[in-house]
Amino acid sequence: MSDLRELYQEVILDHNRSPRNFGPLEGADLRADGHNPLCGDRLSVALKVEDGLVTDVRFEGSGCAISKASASLMTERIKGQTIDETRVLFDRFHRLVTDQAAPTDDAALGKLAVFAGVRAYPARVKCAVLAWHTLRAAVDDNHKLVSTE
Amino acid sequence: MTSVAHTDSVHSAHVLDEARIRDLFPILAATVGGKPLVYLDNAATTQKPQPVLDALSLYYAAQNANIHRGVYQLSQDATQAYEDARAKVATFLHAADPAEIIFTRNATEGINLVAQTFGRSTVGEGDEVVISTMEHHSNIVPWQLLCKEKGARLRVVPITDAGELMLDEYESLLGPRTKLVSIVHMSNSLGTVNPVQRVVELAHGHNIPVLIDGSQAAYHMAVDVQAIGCDFYVVTGHKLYGPTGIGALYGRRHLLDAMPPYQGGGDMISSVTFERTTYNVVPHKFEAGTPHIAGAIGLGAAVDFISGVGFGAIAAHERRLLDHATAALSAVPGLRLIGTARQKASILSFVLDGVHAHDIGTIVDTEGVAIRTGHHCTQPVMERFGVPATARASLAMYNTTEEIDHLVAALTKVREIFG
Ligand SMILES: Cc1ncc(COP(=O)(O)O)c(C=O)c1O
Repeated sequence: MSDLRELYQEVILDHNRSPRNFGPLEGADLRADGHNPLCGDRLSVALKVEDGLVTDVRFEGSGCAISKASASLMTERIKGQTIDETRVLFDRFHRLVTDQAAPTDDAALGKLAVFAGVRAYPARVKCAVLAWHTLRAAVDDNHKLVSTE
Repeated sequence: MTSVAHTDSVHSAHVLDEARIRDLFPILAATVGGKPLVYLDNAATTQKPQPVLDALSLYYAAQNANIHRGVYQLSQDATQAYEDARAKVATFLHAADPAEIIFTRNATEGINLVAQTFGRSTVGEGDEVVISTMEHHSNIVPWQLLCKEKGARLRVVPITDAGELMLDEYESLLGPRTKLVSIVHMSNSLGTVNPVQRVVELAHGHNIPVLIDGSQAAYHMAVDVQAIGCDFYVVTGHKLYGPTGIGALYGRRHLLDAMPPYQGGGDMISSVTFERTTYNVVPHKFEAGTPHIAGAIGLGAAVDFISGVGFGAIAAHERRLLDHATAALSAVPGLRLIGTARQKASILSFVLDGVHAHDIGTIVDTEGVAIRTGHHCTQPVMERFGVPATARASLAMYNTTEEIDHLVAALTKVREIFG
């Protein structure tokens, strides 16, 4: 049970219940759809970008608590960042949830550090990274459907 | 370890001795993170009893040789063991002739074999193949590929809110353009047991051959392909308490004789020159290359094991489990069962208000409970019921009511976390 509380931290449960930046984004500049065929999770990420800066970002879709909270917290974190900064965050987040040796208190990740518990659940890594892969697809290759498979 | 196949010590006519059955499955003694394993993912694959493990190791330790090609004793013995296994599967499915049993890798290959041989030689432009909404992807995609290649059309029988085949709609889909019907005997995501005899009868009224996907049915109920009347029937060994990598396709002899070969290679020929090859007789025509000899022998041991326990005892036990599980799960607040057909067996798919199936799976796993979560390779079923995924508990002969109670208790953990 203690382990489970590491995974399902209060912040994650809260963002699952009331996801932030959830819904369509009118006049988006970039968007992509993501799909995790293993569990049927689907989400799309849409961004507004001005001078290389993310001015607004929203997501839509359905998924488990981990994928929904991850998307919600991601949108909060990247708003106001440059596109290049989102790429750096992608790498740090990826390390956080996959690398047993990665620090669990990476200050650059801020609240996203609550996902450190995912590394103990390899079957759930794909849920945690779906939003991030979708973001990267939107940024690198607008309008692409990505899959975690 | 002795086989239970021919003893009465493990069972009497309709009562299954739970403890003794469980003892025959070594993996059931396993623990997961310090908790006893509660294995409720039998629809994905069943565990293996000692007689199957023994048959596999005996083959490799004492009988291993290639088959159908050696004059020496060992090869003769291996060939005999392999062909004996075919006869056992034929008896198990009540086929008229062992030659009507073709060993495949799994059910998926059985369906692909029929699509690529019978299908390609029979289905043409404008023709139709009929399947249902509740098919496993392995009984959808091979037909999609075939239809795409031939310019044919895939027609889909709808299902009711309870998860039952709509027979009237089915009947109205059958016509002169229909070249094949391929329907699941028992749904892996809903538990529905389809009226396959009726399905076949209606199709045969139009002279349309029928394939039945028996992947799920064959380990829960006695299958009699002649009574069902189907033209093809597929099973998969790993869901029959047997090894992975082995399955079987039953086909009516006259159809198999007329069908072109599937893959080319050794064993499937009777003579080869560069100008011309004549094919071997069935079933060998469809078994190119060295087959999974050990797997076939293991499957033979598995069907012997099942017959030894007896479907009377198995079905009665599983019925009791299903009734218990249906009542226990229905009492969980916010839980909705997906798949409530009048005729169903051993599978409970469900969703929980406000909690995604994936989260349920992770949480119950920490209590040692293994269930499947996701779309179960039946995405059209998920779409039909408007859910992204379900959690699924599926039962086998060795499960107990205590294990079901364990699952229900684990579900309360889900509520503790998600509120
Ligand atoms: C109804 C049904 N059909 C077909 C299959 C495919 O079986 P296999 O993967 O062994 O070929 C399965 C198993 O997943 C199934 O449940």
